[in-house]
Amino acid sequence: MTFWENLRLALAALRANKVRSALTMLGIIIGVSSVILLVAIGTGLSTYITNQLEDLGGDSLFVMPGELEIATGGGGSGGMPGAGVGASKFTIDHLEDIKRNAKTIKAVMAYTENNGTIRYRGKSKIAQVAGVGPEYQEVRNQRIDEGSFFNLSQYNAAKKVVVLGKTVAQELFDQESPVGKKVTISDKQYAVAGVLEEKGAFGGIDLDNQVFIPATTAMRQFDMQYLQSFWIQSQGADTIAATKEEVEKILSKTLDDDQFSVIDTKSILGVISRILGVLTAALGGIAAISLLVGGIGIMNIMLVSVTERTREIGLRKAVGATPQVILTQFLIEAVILSLFGGLSGITLGILGSLGIRQFLTTSVTPWSIFLAFGVSALVGVIFGVAPAAKASRLNPIDALRYE
Amino acid sequence: MSSIPLLKLENVFKIYKIDDLPVKALDGVDLVIKKGDFLSVMGPSGSGKSTLMHIAGCLDIPTSGKVILEGENVSSLGEKELAKIRSTKIGFVFQSFNLVPRMEAIDNVQLPLIYAGIKTAERERRATETLIALGLKERLHHFPNQLSGGEQQRVALARALVNRPAIILADEPTGNVDSHTAKEIMEILTKLNKEGNTLIIVTHDPEVAKWTKRIVKIKDGKIEN
Ligand SMILES: Nc1ncnc2c1ncn2[C@@H]1O[C@H](COP(=O)(O)OP(=O)(O)O)[C@@H](O)[C@H]1O
Ligand SMILES: [Mg+2]
Repeated sequence: MTFWENLRLALAALRANKVRSALTMLGIIIGVSSVILLVAIGTGLSTYITNQLEDLGGDSLFVMPGELEIATGGGGSGGMPGAGVGASKFTIDHLEDIKRNAKTIKAVMAYTENNGTIRYRGKSKIAQVAGVGPEYQEVRNQRIDEGSFFNLSQYNAAKKVVVLGKTVAQELFDQESPVGKKVTISDKQYAVAGVLEEKGAFGGIDLDNQVFIPATTAMRQFDMQYLQSFWIQSQGADTIAATKEEVEKILSKTLDDDQFSVIDTKSILGVISRILGVLTAALGGIAAISLLVGGIGIMNIMLVSVTERTREIGLRKAVGATPQVILTQFLIEAVILSLFGGLSGITLGILGSLGIRQFLTTSVTPWSIFLAFGVSALVGVIFGVAPAAKASRLNPIDALRYE
Repeated sequence: MSSIPLLKLENVFKIYKIDDLPVKALDGVDLVIKKGDFLSVMGPSGSGKSTLMHIAGCLDIPTSGKVILEGENVSSLGEKELAKIRSTKIGFVFQSFNLVPRMEAIDNVQLPLIYAGIKTAERERRATETLIALGLKERLHHFPNQLSGGEQQRVALARALVNRPAIILADEPTGNVDSHTAKEIMEILTKLNKEGNTLIIVTHDPEVAKWTKRIVKIKDGKIEN
């Protein structure tokens, strides 16, 4: 009997058992596509976060209130940034002190965060109000769509000026140009200096739903006694340690050790990569479970059909099929199911990860495709062929009697 | 020609072991079938009739003894050779029809031809021809569950006939059908015998046995004389 004859037999058998064939393929499709999708999400997330941190630059440091584990080089317990945050005691004087006395720094800037309602002519939008220095635009590489960022004299005079994020600008002004108009933030009037270029969304958070005002203005208008944090740029990556030491020295003149922490991007990256490690492992675990479930589904359907197929095998043998011909037929059946199921799963997984790209960054990796496809195909072939192989060795009478 | 036996069983034993206790399903059977024979095997339930048919039909091998089909000792052949003999020389009809569900009548009938290596067009032609000869012209594309018991048995008979076997073995072919249908089936078998086919059937029913040329009685795995 030729291969083509056997292929036709296998196709006829698959067609004769449409529901079973479809269910088996469904198991493979779900297994393959979920692995591809989950790995794409995990990889996309890692890449995104790493890129974000690299954007900050390897020469950045942050001064945060309270005593943070990562700042003290601990973290054996997997410390997270923010653990042990205390109330801030940072003032403009501290900022000036660092600016004047730290020799290895390039720039230092205050950073505060509040939520506020921004209004313009009856329209309103709740957004994050960030208080920053005029350096922000340059050091964070923010591009301006329209107008300009506020300048040093506006900052020093604590002027009520604001730079809008794209979302805020669009919602309040629609087609109108916002530059030079007055908006109200928490009942105070601010002049719009500029609009930032669109940044997009991350993890469902709209990064453009933000406005920037001078940190000096923020303190006054939001009744803040203290600044929330400082952002420092060292002269280079090799002066980070020196800067950290200098800044710590300056701050400890007026603050207790447990009232502030100086953190560099490298240690943040360390923590983030620990978190990402856990996340990736968790996603991998979920993926493995779904693959397992898919595999069990395939197994189940294959085993359930064994009674009927065993009798069929007995009959085929009774009318002249050799064990080898039977095995070839079942192998072809299993390969066809695995192949079509696997390819549909890959297509679905890729489409799915493209589909959720508007909510989450995803990146399809080849190894996840190979892994998912390989495992499903293996399970499909093993559980499709093993019972058939067993049945093909029975004598026809025993196979026909099989219940 | 007819002096050479078509099928000869010599001192055939078939012993099953159940919990280490041997059960002699066949206990030294000698039987000679000549070309053109029409034989019925009768005996009480459990006497070894089916076992005899399976061994005569190369579906199973004897524990000891010889089975000689057209001069060839088949009792010592391997799986592959036995499969080849089944697809070319034997036509087997089971009591419970054993049609493959979800396969049309015509596809069920074609099965032995597929394994005998016959090309598609020839296969379809022969299957159609055989089904029509058995009065199933209107049932070619029906599935087994769309057919009556008698029709299913006729499809099974067509499947046994389609490879033009040297011998047709039918294990209680009328066991699952009513007496009217049984008569129909016996008419067909008698006609096939008249056309030169060699047949062995198993039955309990003396009415059915009356149709055959010769009756062999079996009890406790032994042929009675
Ligand atoms: N596969 C088997 N395993 C064990 N014993 C069997 C098997 N097949 C048949 N037997 C036993 O062999 C004897 C003859 O069985 P069988 O040929 O089916 O009888 P009949 O067809 O005359 O009713 C019975 O005692 C039966 O229980
Ligand atoms: Mg029986």
